[in-house]
Amino acid sequence: MLAEKKAVLVLSDGSIFFGKGFGATERRVGEIVFTTNMTGYEESLTDPSYAGQILVSTYPLIGNYGMQPDWCESSQMQVEGYAVRELCSGPRHANSTATLGKRMEDAGIPGIWGIDTRFLVRLIRNSGVMPACLSVCEKQEDQQELLSMARELDYSKINFVEKVSVGEAKSYGKGGKKVVLIDYGVKMGIVRELAKRGLEVVVVPFSTSAEEMLAFSPDGILASNGPGDPALLTKESNELRKLFGKLPIFGICLGNQLLGQAAGAKTYKLKFGHRGGNHPVLDVKAAKVTITTQNHGFAVDEKTLPSEFEVTHRNLIDGTVEGMQHKELPVFAVQYHPEANPGPCDSKYLFDKFVSML
Amino acid sequence: MKLVGKNIEKVLVIGSGPIVIGQSAEFDYSGSQACASLRAEGVKVVVVNSNPATIQTDKEIADIVYIEPLRADFLERIIEKEKPQGLIATMGGQTGLNLAVELHKKGILKKYNLKMLGTGIESIEMAEDRGKFKSLMQKIGEPIPESVAANSAGEAWEFAATHPFPLILRPAFTLGGTGGGIARGKEDFDKLLELGFALSPTHQVLVEQSVLGWGEFEYEMMRDSYDNCITICNMENIDPMGVHTGESVVVAPSQTLSDDEHQMLRSAAIKIIRALKIEGGCNIQFALNQKTGEYVVVEVNPRLSRSSALASKATGYPIARVAAKIALGLGLHEIKNAVTKTTPAAFEPSLDYCVVKIPRWPFDKIPESNRVIGTQMKSTGETMAIGRTFEEAFGKALRSVEMKKVKIQPKDIEHHLAAPTDLRIYAILEALRLGWEKEKINKLTEIHLWFLDRLDAYANMENRLKREVFGRKLLYEAKRVGYSDEQIASIIGHETSMVRDMRKKAGIVPVYKMVDTCAAEFEALTPYYYSTYENENESKPTRRRKVVIIGSGPIRIGQGIEFDYCCCHAAFALREIGIESIMINNNPETVSTDFDTSDRLYFEPLTFEDVMNVIEHEKPEGVIVQFGGQTSINLAQRLEMSGVKILGTQMEGIDIAEDREKFKALLHELGIRQPDNATATNEQEAVEHATRIGYPIVVRPSYVIAGRGMQIVYDEESLRKYIGEAVEVSERKPVLVDKYIEKAIECEIDGVADGKRLFVGGIMEHVERAGVHSGDANNVVPCVRLKKEVQEKILEVSERIALALKTKGSINIQYVVQNDVLYVLEANPRASRTMPFLSKATGVPLVKIATKVIMGKTLEELGATEMPHMSHYAVKGVVFPFLKLPGADTVLGPEMKSTGESMGADYDFPLAFMKALLGANLKIPRSGGVAISLKDGDKERAKPLAEALFEMGFSVYATPTTAAQIGGKVKLLKKISEGEPNILSEIKKGSIHLVFNTPKKGKVANTDGFRIRRACLENGIPCLTNFEAAEALVGAMRHSFGKKLHVERIDEYGSGVGY
Repeated sequence: MLAEKKAVLVLSDGSIFFGKGFGATERRVGEIVFTTNMTGYEESLTDPSYAGQILVSTYPLIGNYGMQPDWCESSQMQVEGYAVRELCSGPRHANSTATLGKRMEDAGIPGIWGIDTRFLVRLIRNSGVMPACLSVCEKQEDQQELLSMARELDYSKINFVEKVSVGEAKSYGKGGKKVVLIDYGVKMGIVRELAKRGLEVVVVPFSTSAEEMLAFSPDGILASNGPGDPALLTKESNELRKLFGKLPIFGICLGNQLLGQAAGAKTYKLKFGHRGGNHPVLDVKAAKVTITTQNHGFAVDEKTLPSEFEVTHRNLIDGTVEGMQHKELPVFAVQYHPEANPGPCDSKYLFDKFVSML
Repeated sequence: MKLVGKNIEKVLVIGSGPIVIGQSAEFDYSGSQACASLRAEGVKVVVVNSNPATIQTDKEIADIVYIEPLRADFLERIIEKEKPQGLIATMGGQTGLNLAVELHKKGILKKYNLKMLGTGIESIEMAEDRGKFKSLMQKIGEPIPESVAANSAGEAWEFAATHPFPLILRPAFTLGGTGGGIARGKEDFDKLLELGFALSPTHQVLVEQSVLGWGEFEYEMMRDSYDNCITICNMENIDPMGVHTGESVVVAPSQTLSDDEHQMLRSAAIKIIRALKIEGGCNIQFALNQKTGEYVVVEVNPRLSRSSALASKATGYPIARVAAKIALGLGLHEIKNAVTKTTPAAFEPSLDYCVVKIPRWPFDKIPESNRVIGTQMKSTGETMAIGRTFEEAFGKALRSVEMKKVKIQPKDIEHHLAAPTDLRIYAILEALRLGWEKEKINKLTEIHLWFLDRLDAYANMENRLKREVFGRKLLYEAKRVGYSDEQIASIIGHETSMVRDMRKKAGIVPVYKMVDTCAAEFEALTPYYYSTYENENESKPTRRRKVVIIGSGPIRIGQGIEFDYCCCHAAFALREIGIESIMINNNPETVSTDFDTSDRLYFEPLTFEDVMNVIEHEKPEGVIVQFGGQTSINLAQRLEMSGVKILGTQMEGIDIAEDREKFKALLHELGIRQPDNATATNEQEAVEHATRIGYPIVVRPSYVIAGRGMQIVYDEESLRKYIGEAVEVSERKPVLVDKYIEKAIECEIDGVADGKRLFVGGIMEHVERAGVHSGDANNVVPCVRLKKEVQEKILEVSERIALALKTKGSINIQYVVQNDVLYVLEANPRASRTMPFLSKATGVPLVKIATKVIMGKTLEELGATEMPHMSHYAVKGVVFPFLKLPGADTVLGPEMKSTGESMGADYDFPLAFMKALLGANLKIPRSGGVAISLKDGDKERAKPLAEALFEMGFSVYATPTTAAQIGGKVKLLKKISEGEPNILSEIKKGSIHLVFNTPKKGKVANTDGFRIRRACLENGIPCLTNFEAAEALVGAMRHSFGKKLHVERIDEYGSGVGY
């Protein structure tokens, strides 16, 4: 057995957590956020929406069932670091091909475990998300140095989308109808759901212009999820606006925020976001609740939403906008993740709805 | 809001009756929560339950309470009288569900225009009828094991011909898997089939392809009338398929499922609950082959269950409360979570801890029963623990079970692993400590390797403590994997107190974290905590006046729901006088661990260490130990020695009462008679004492709970045999020898003393003759046979004893009366198991009075001075677990065997007794055959009994010597060994409906009597083994012959004392 590595996590408010290290012997900074999903750590760690963030799992026992390629939401680990209470170093699952620690080490991502993650989560809940620095090290670290590294990070200024989006268009699936999927940091689950419904899916870079998209002669557009502050993406929002009325558009997560901005609405940052698989969302018209997968730190400001749009879904806990649609045009979006992975599959019907509009 | 009916003003809630194996305190928990929830919506609640030891039947919980037998005929009378508009049947376990179906089938629901609220009859039938369920699953494409719902043996055998053994058999509509089992060959198959047909009320047995060894997963689901569906919790059984979930060690949430597997099962669960149109809670069980990913749906419970109680406590989500509102038509999105006060009910709890449940089995009390566990429940209770790791939760749960230290011999390990017994978990730990390959254990048990890894990490801490240098770091790690100070001390060979001191000096103290349903995502207001070894302590003690109540832990024989009832009432009483109550307990099924019973709840093991930790953190003004049974009383001394104030009766009094010699001296001083008795430290001494005292004698080990190891011995040979086989005798563990007072009446009082006087709630007279454990005897209050002078003497003596013991709070004193002479058997200056019964019988809240006295009020201030006068009779009936425990004899004696109780009330004793028996689920025939086989001494009294039966039109069968006493129309039966007709053959033919069989003296199993009693049990025929009880029953039958027993609200009976 390898000698136990040490790890230290420093938050920009000065809080320090000493724990055991796993994954890569690295120093990383990122915005610290937590997820309340009890399963699906691999899906989360590979979700591009987590780019630039250090993830904390509220569930304390992580790594139990190992890792396997099928559970990846992208081709690589996307987080900057991972903090857990209890790491399982000897997973037991028929399909597991590696341990969590090994995959993180290969990906160069540091992890910390053995810390009071509930305490950490309560800090984040009370103070809001904040920059942090995670270091896995063999010897003592200079905490002051880590603190200043954390304080230097300005998450909202960084365009993470350009880091995680594809370089060039790529096609998946075969079928009669064609969808252009704008990759702001798309989860493979979305691609799979579309392909499964017999569509040809053309994944295009985030910077693709409306004209270029239309040149694929698609039957519909899907604006994907992705990381970071939507306010940085004014150009992208403008391109989306050009597509209004041209063909059906479906937005998911960041896609929802960008469609909101395209319509003229503003977005704002939530104190500690919604990340997990248990948030109830109310379908306003049907008066029905769906339990959803969520991963977002920003939301559309309902007050700024122009009158041609209506809010279709609302978070039952804090009332934030979880879905909207254009009153006449075939444009709709949700703030949550109908593709699940991880989390409940109760909203997959939204893909059927989209397909029926094509 | 679309309330189903604005016209629904009154709702009938059916309870689950007496505690039996498979149906325990969880239904009082769900029922009470449901009642409170309905009342909060402005609905009037009528509760029917035959079990008086339930919070649900308190007048504070329901508007109208009936303590009457749970039978369709009684329910109809109640419905006729109360005219409720709605019925909720999903809170009362299988009993409630089956009754609702029966009411529907008999047209009673229709006749009284009674609407089923929540999950409807069609859904219940769809889920419960194996055939209908199968076709529904096929329709929605959910896989189920191949099976046949056999209505005849022929159908079952046809299936067996094409499907290889092992096969699973389950009788339809029985609870806790009663009568079910695994047939590994044709012989088992035949046996289980016969039993199954006999037990299933619909004469149907499901024969099913085996998925033995697959992982077993449960999903607790909710659905409302808007079709909103949520999962409250999923749970993983550590014991794979083949062991009933009630018998399994269970963990929440699942640990070995990947997200896609979890979502696959969750989505399937939603599909199923929608197809069944459940409106309320529901439990769905899956079997998953974790090698291939293939799964099958095993079972659906379309109601609240033991698992839902566990899920509620594990998550902090009040399932029953929400289910009750759904039944009224509210949507999940319209309901707030009353526990957190911040999240909506439409929310799936997220856990940030691990929960482990371990069952508690009764084999210590019924050692002759087969210890193998399987598809039928045998456990009486369970305990739950919460930790931040599996190991920590497991370690805490293991010590919460309160089993004596179990040592498995290396040679026995394989036996326990291969055929699961109650000791399997200990055998696995021992195997791991000895370095067995996990793969080998996995092969024998099919327990998932992940759990074996974790158990290994737990077990190996012991090896580490033995080998490594013991210092702060190792100590901290040992605490983090759930080891107790005592455990550590015994491993490293130190005193527990030293480890504790060292730990505290090193600053290793637990912190308390909140169970908030949301993994800290939102601020919650739940005062519900568990301990762990981490950084942040979230429990902030208040500055109020406060008191700790120590609960009673898992339900076991001798320590049942009655003590939980007492603990709840203590908390309610503290609330009434403005003192904060802090509950410590670990039983997930009970009301005491509900979120709003006490002001603050600590879900912790009830060991000195865990309790002391809470006390050091909370700093209460004292602790109340007199309501939690032996569990809490056992802690009193150590707590007192550690400077904790014991509120109420002090250690000194408790000690005098428990120490035979001191108690004897006290009675001597008071001039109060006691059966001649002595203490022996070896066999010879015991024989000498017995000779002096004179046989028969009652022998028992000192320091016992509920008469464990107690026996009536009639001669020297049996005494020597008892001492040789049954008990250990030593200087430190003496044996007590008491004169057995024959042909006497036993009785007992429950009361409250305040130092100046004793308030007696009532004198309860045993129906059976002396010698049956008071917990197993049918009790009647007020007295039927005892003379007024004797009763007055009892009151006078009781007061003197109570005051001499300096009792402050509750006390129970037991007496035996022979020829009007009074002997004291024992005094217990604490709450007894009869306190709830007596409170219900009289309408006087004895526990609340006791609690207020403990906190300084006088009986006079409370207006509790005179024994309440009753104008009616209340009888406590008893329920036994024998059917679930193959091999157990049903004969009653001084050792307690019952699990639960019923109450029957009426203005005549015989009718009250009849109701108590019906309430205890006995099928008392109104016609047919009665078989009588009595021992010498009883058979001489057989004639009048038989004549009364003839008069009512019964046929009477009797064995030769009994028949000779009866004469006349009696039908002669042979002894079993002498051929047919005998009792067994006549039972088989169906011509016998009631049996009186009083066994010979001494303890003999496998005799004719034993076979007769088991046969009765398995055929649902009441069998009385005590002559006085038989006599009382015949009296009751005569009295009620041709009459309709009437029903009355509990407060219409009796008087009370102005409470």
